Amino acid sequence: MDVVVQLQRQLADHTASLFHEGFLNEQFNQLQQLQDESNPDFVVEVVSLFFEDSERLLNELAKALEQQAVDYKKVDAHVHQLKGSSSSIGAQRVQGVCIPFRNFCEEQNNEGCLKCLQQVKHEYSLVKNKLETLFKLEQQLIAAGGSFPTL
Amino acid sequence: MESCNCIEPQWPADELLMKYQYISDFFIALAYFSIPLELIYFVKKSAVFPYRWVLVQFGAFIVLCGATHLINLWTFTMHSRTVAIVMTTAKVLTAVVSCATALMLVHIIPDLLSVKTRELFLKNKAAELDREMGLIRTQEETGRHVRMLTHEIRSTLDRHTILKTTLVELGRTLALEECALWMPTRTGLELQLSYTLRQQNPVGYTVPIHLPVINQVFSSNRAVKISPNCPVARIRPLAGKYIPGEVVAVRVPLLHLSNFQINDWPELSTKRYALMVLMLPSDSARQWHVHELELVEVVADQVAVALSHAAILEESMRARDLLIEQNVALDLARREAETAIRARNDFLAVMNHEMRTPMHAIIALSSLLQETELTPEQRLMVETILKSSNLLATLINDVLDLSRLEDGSLQLDIGTFNLHSVFKEVLNLIKPVASVKKLSVTLNLAQDLPVYAVGDEKRLMQTMLNVVGNAVKFSKEGSISIIAFVAKSESLRDSRAPDFFPMPSDNHFYLRVQVKDSGSGINPQEIPKLFTKFSQSQSSATRNSGGSGLGLAICKRFVNLMEGHIWLESDGLAKGCTATFIVKLGIPERSNESKLPFTPKVPANHGQTNFSGLKVLVMDDNGVSRMVTKGLLEHLGCDVSTVSSSEECLHVVSHEHQVVFLDVCMPGIDGFELAVTIREKFAKRHEKPLIVALTGNTDKVTKENCMRVGINGVIQKPISVDKMRSILSELLEHRVLYEAL
Repeated sequence: MDVVVQLQRQLADHTASLFHEGFLNEQFNQLQQLQDESNPDFVVEVVSLFFEDSERLLNELAKALEQQAVDYKKVDAHVHQLKGSSSSIGAQRVQGVCIPFRNFCEEQNNEGCLKCLQQVKHEYSLVKNKLETLFKLEQQLIAAGGSFPTL
Repeated sequence: MESCNCIEPQWPADELLMKYQYISDFFIALAYFSIPLELIYFVKKSAVFPYRWVLVQFGAFIVLCGATHLINLWTFTMHSRTVAIVMTTAKVLTAVVSCATALMLVHIIPDLLSVKTRELFLKNKAAELDREMGLIRTQEETGRHVRMLTHEIRSTLDRHTILKTTLVELGRTLALEECALWMPTRTGLELQLSYTLRQQNPVGYTVPIHLPVINQVFSSNRAVKISPNCPVARIRPLAGKYIPGEVVAVRVPLLHLSNFQINDWPELSTKRYALMVLMLPSDSARQWHVHELELVEVVADQVAVALSHAAILEESMRARDLLIEQNVALDLARREAETAIRARNDFLAVMNHEMRTPMHAIIALSSLLQETELTPEQRLMVETILKSSNLLATLINDVLDLSRLEDGSLQLDIGTFNLHSVFKEVLNLIKPVASVKKLSVTLNLAQDLPVYAVGDEKRLMQTMLNVVGNAVKFSKEGSISIIAFVAKSESLRDSRAPDFFPMPSDNHFYLRVQVKDSGSGINPQEIPKLFTKFSQSQSSATRNSGGSGLGLAICKRFVNLMEGHIWLESDGLAKGCTATFIVKLGIPERSNESKLPFTPKVPANHGQTNFSGLKVLVMDDNGVSRMVTKGLLEHLGCDVSTVSSSEECLHVVSHEHQVVFLDVCMPGIDGFELAVTIREKFAKRHEKPLIVALTGNTDKVTKENCMRVGINGVIQKPISVDKMRSILSELLEHRVLYEAL
């Protein structure tokens, strides 16, 4: 039982830190609420979809911004998508970077866009790491026989 | 003609005498013939000789005389009668001509003589004109010098340059030995040597101003000759045998701006003069000429004007520099203020977000914690946490509201609402607190108080809560009564609100609320301070009650925004207090009553919680959002289909779908058009699905656009489970939903 308690505490700490540092916001809570017996892996599914989607979008963005003649409308559309996805799962910091990104797209400021792209990539990789750690801890907990409270 | 040419018998003449006569006659004849030739020759040479006729006469006369003498040559010997006749003819002719000439000469000689006089006269005249010309030229030179001087003087507005230039130019024009300017000192009692021509740095000689010679100069506006020995003229050290040149002094008026009155030319109103001293070269025996003196006077005047111009310019330049400086400073201050405001706004925005996020986490998590299994101590602790964090959240909201109110950026959310229910809710909220303190609260709504009103319900409730809360807070026992009625115009004009001029109209009424408590009252002197931020009254009872002191300030701002007035009255400490406020509310049109918007404040506990079987269609082009929304709805039991484009949506939508969720901020796809198309697809009213727009935007434009195309509701993403639950229940109950964004 010690292990379970410890794991639970670890999980709780990690989750709290995610919220505290602003990686996630309340929307993530909502997602967790939607997980129930009929939908046991809802959160993992949504988050995985987010990862796929975001990676695709980030590649598209990198490609689009490398062009000689940058199609800012396309870039803006991608950023809009990214913003939507990240806000749906509560990836707050990613969402936060998307806002200035869109502004730079409107101004057609290439430098600004590239800078934001870097930032988005950075934030995304951070939140991805954290979420993967979270899921790992959850799995460990389940494997150890405990259950984590659905916050 | 001493030889008379009468015909005489010959006598035996002396041979010698005859010979001599012969020769003389010959020469005479020669001369007589050559003289006219010479005359003709020279007259022909000269162009101007008016007496040609005289010449001819003279010529004839001479020729004839010559002829006579020539013919005489033949009479010395025996001559024939022809010769005698010729001689006679010649003599006769000669007599005639010579008499004519003699007569003519009487006229001519005076003429010729007068020519000479005329010539003399003209010569004199020419000499005179030359002299005058010389004079004029000198004067013109002088005039030119003056003009140039003036030009030089007036071309600069620098006082020093003006004076220096004056001296230099004057020195040059008049070939002066020395030229100096004495300026009055500040005290006005002395003249100080300020500028000289030859000496580079005039040492500060001073001379008292009341010397007689100086007075003499100052009293006249002409240039005055002064003695070279007077103190003002003794500038250069006299070196031995100099006979100093003549010295002239002239006054230079120093004009001030104040001297120039429009109607009053500065005659002798100015009392300050400078003294200009000019010295001719010594040992030159030159004298001051009148035109030179005139020049000096003119220059002095010009200098005066130039100096005053320079002074005026200096003043105005100084003023302008000052203004520029001030402008720059003001600009800087304005920019700093703007920066400060911007910084503050940014700070507030960030802080708002930063503060709210952890608050959110705390409140959310602790409220969830409350719903889990807890021991009583734990429950107590959690409740305390909740209460404190709610208080903190309220504080944060208050501060943010207040700063937005001060900016003027707060706008009321006008909407139609149920006025009676607002009061009832306030009562409900306050009753528990009041009953703990054993205070009785009564609510009295007038009969004519409309049930529905148009205004900002949230802020009205906030104001009411604050006022009533204060009443409860500051009362330890007794009762609190709340009275609300429609204010009529007589009662509107209150002596306690002298600046308040309400004007009721057909669309508006004035709501007057009086909250009377029997509590600790307020010192009447403190009443004005109550509405200022952060101030609290001094009595110790209040200090323990908490609160930031912002409440009344915020209420006042809200009431002002609602074009109303709020005030407090108290008879004194421990004598209770009455808070009154009047706000302007609109009267809703009768037909709008059926379209009452949904008030999200009402807890959704009594709505449907299970929407099993409700067929719903979700359209969103973002995969993640789609999945989340689908998850939400499935969690609530709906049967969800998802589409990701408008074509798919139109394809899939059927009359079985009761609700359609559309994301309207997708770029490239017009959600509003889609909504219109969907509605048109289903002709019969009961088949039309309810359309709800999901949006990340919170502006009024989106809301208005949605209402325009007939969308039944607008929700802001992200949506929580509870929100979705209440949304669905209200939607299905009322078929309309417009969340206060």
